[in-house]
Amino acid sequence: MLARLQPVDGGVAAAQETGSRRVGRGTSFTGVLGEILITLGVVVMLYVVWQMWIGDIIYAAQNNAVGQELSEEWDTSGEAPPVSDAAATPEPTPSATPEPAAPEPVVLAEPADTEVFGIMRIPRLGPNYATPIAGGVTREGTLDHIGIGHYPGTEMPGQVGNVALAAHRTTFGAPFKRIAELHVGDAIVIETPVGWYTYRFRTLEYVQPSEVDVLADVPQAPDTPPAERYLTMTSCSPMFSLAERIVGYSVFESFRLRADGPPASLTEAVA
Amino acid sequence: MYAALWRALPGPWWVRVLILLIIAVAIVYALFFFVFPYVSQIVNPQEVTVE
Repeated sequence: MLARLQPVDGGVAAAQETGSRRVGRGTSFTGVLGEILITLGVVVMLYVVWQMWIGDIIYAAQNNAVGQELSEEWDTSGEAPPVSDAAATPEPTPSATPEPAAPEPVVLAEPADTEVFGIMRIPRLGPNYATPIAGGVTREGTLDHIGIGHYPGTEMPGQVGNVALAAHRTTFGAPFKRIAELHVGDAIVIETPVGWYTYRFRTLEYVQPSEVDVLADVPQAPDTPPAERYLTMTSCSPMFSLAERIVGYSVFESFRLRADGPPASLTEAVA
Repeated sequence: MYAALWRALPGPWWVRVLILLIIAVAIVYALFFFVFPYVSQIVNPQEVTVE
């Protein structure tokens, strides 16, 4: 049957005469099919290489470039972003600020979906790490294309309560790929047009995907009124899985106005 | 298929190899920057949020 589909070819004809099933070197049906299958196999393997490795490098580089560009833009433009009304209300606990000399943090208004309002910098992850942070935590809106997403309805950086962020841990640049490598006390700095908010990494937790209390004003204590400023980062766990979530908690340390220049926490050595 | 492609290309063997390399690089670029990102949104289930 297959032999009949093959074009007339001296080599094939000879092979048929001897009863052999060998396919000729020309353009036979099975030959082309085989080449297509091999090609598809190579493409699938390329996809895996891209998914596991190269895609992340490309996306992360793009994210960092966008973040760096934004940072430089904010350095030059004196344009003030909208500030949240919550900033005007007196802070209930002045003692929460560990450095009394530091200025009261300016609280930005909550961003719209996919609106970039800040950049995350983590010295532990290298000086080039500068992932944009935008409003919303949808994959198609923020997480797949921008970087880190801010859970709508949670606090903004510097506010008393909890700033909740989410990002990929694998694929799409994987901004939180190395979240499990953070050390206690590592600086997590959120850079915005008004300044730098330094948080200090505290601890990790692994939870079920339904555990929304990690986003509470006081993480995992939804009924407790907040007295401190927290930062919660969520991502997937284990890597490449949907099963659980990894959660990283940090606590606010200080705020520095843009006019005063970058904080020391950005340039300190990480051991 | 590939044999026919090889025969269809002009020039000596090293010109053909050069042309094939350029084509291969172009295809891989298109896959990495356009096709795979699109496919990955469809086939790669990942959730990083709590809800």
